[in-house]
Amino acid sequence: MTAPRFSLRGVRKSFGDHLVLDGIDLEINVGEVVTLIGPSGSGKSTLLRCLNLLEPIDDGEILLDGVDISVPGIDPNPVRRRVGMVFQSYNLFPHMSVLDNVTLAPVRVLGQEHSVARERAGVLLERFGLADKAASYPDRLSGGQQQRVAIVRALALEPEILLLDEITSSLDPELVGEVLDVVRELKATGMTLVLATHEMGFARETSDTVCVLDGGRIIERGAPERVFSQPDSARARQFLERVIRSGRL
Amino acid sequence: MAVADGRRAAWEREKRRRSIAVAAASSLVVVAAIVALVPRMPRWDRVRASFFDGAQFRDSLPRLIDAFWLDVRIFLWCTPAIVALALLVAMARNSRSAALFPLRVISVAYTDVMRGVPIILWIYLIGFGVPGLGIARPWNSPLLWGSVAMVLTYSAYVAEVFRAGIESVHESQRAAARSLGLSHWQSMRHVVLPQAVRRVVPPLMNDMVSLQKDVALVSLIGPIEILRQAGVDKAKFANFTPYIAAAIVFLCVTIPLTRLTDWMIDRERRRTQGTRIG
Repeated sequence: MTAPRFSLRGVRKSFGDHLVLDGIDLEINVGEVVTLIGPSGSGKSTLLRCLNLLEPIDDGEILLDGVDISVPGIDPNPVRRRVGMVFQSYNLFPHMSVLDNVTLAPVRVLGQEHSVARERAGVLLERFGLADKAASYPDRLSGGQQQRVAIVRALALEPEILLLDEITSSLDPELVGEVLDVVRELKATGMTLVLATHEMGFARETSDTVCVLDGGRIIERGAPERVFSQPDSARARQFLERVIRSGRL
Repeated sequence: MAVADGRRAAWEREKRRRSIAVAAASSLVVVAAIVALVPRMPRWDRVRASFFDGAQFRDSLPRLIDAFWLDVRIFLWCTPAIVALALLVAMARNSRSAALFPLRVISVAYTDVMRGVPIILWIYLIGFGVPGLGIARPWNSPLLWGSVAMVLTYSAYVAEVFRAGIESVHESQRAAARSLGLSHWQSMRHVVLPQAVRRVVPPLMNDMVSLQKDVALVSLIGPIEILRQAGVDKAKFANFTPYIAAAIVFLCVTIPLTRLTDWMIDRERRRTQGTRIG
């Protein structure tokens, strides 16, 4: 039994008076795919941002491979090199070509030579069907292509964990598939993934563990078959029924 | 573009024709009034002789253009200094860390104080005050310290423009940069600033047009640039025509610069906001 990659213990976080995370306990193992679902405002995105140290937590602790990374004042950059993040609205850098978007961090953060970074970026773009877009600027790409570039950009740092924050929520329905294919491929490589999503069918198919969040707490967790078919908590059942009624499962 | 030559195109042609006619007629009335009325003023002859003397104009113009090179030179060395200092002040004001709190306070105080006092006063205070400390030549030149005064005041204004630009870059860009492991300064340098600067080029150009004119204020503490030279000629020949000539020289530079600025503002708006509402 290897140690969990991430251990969260009693993680609390509030924005002003608003308590967003209310005591989260969670273990994420190496190679596990953990999906966070739940109503808007339940704390899914905030939890992901805390794992990447984009948001400092107020209480509790987050351990990465047994090391506490939630110590106030810790240098976040070594953690971020290991924990990549992809955002709902892509957040590509609009003033840079696709290739420059991808090579920026390897060059500036890892100190790779430009030529090396470009070669590796080229390989990644090729792998995700974006080789012909290397010289394009982000606003010339479709949403699906932009999101795939964002994933490649995060992968260029060769992270051990990838956090995916509702990465299909801004996409036109017909573009969702190409992005989800990328996630399936990442899962196949054995990468540890933590994703927040509204794509319930995908969550059911891909996840090892599903967590239902509500009001900043994990109110249900377990294997997807069980969580989706016979949830223990009434509120999780309610949420899932609403989702089923709206035709998203 | 013969796609939609229908009812609407005809209506727009008619509307355009009518507004051109109205504009032409009203301009004609104004010009006619000036041409007819001004020469009837009791002392028009004297004003014409002292402000619009052709021979005087031709005599002064070459000297003025020579002197104008000094204005251009001041402008050229002030501009990069202003941009650099303003960027520093804007970034200091945008710094986040608690350790840089004093820097934020200083930069706020700096912009408040420099913008709160007329530029002429700064030129007098710095241009006469600092050389008065007894600094050795050539470091006591009023030209140098007048330029420093220009740089210090203009940087305060330009810093505010940069700050607006930096703040206009969406937080999610910073989040993306930081999530990739870039430090605060790396995010600033590679992600935020390039976008911010691009957005503020038009208002920046506006400030540069102002600077191009305000350079003449340095003449108040001695250097013989175009305004000073025009004053010298005026005193020598007891004629105001050199001022008119100086104004024309300025217009030759500022009008093209202003048009260029408007064009850039327009282009930026088209790029970011789509079509304009008529």
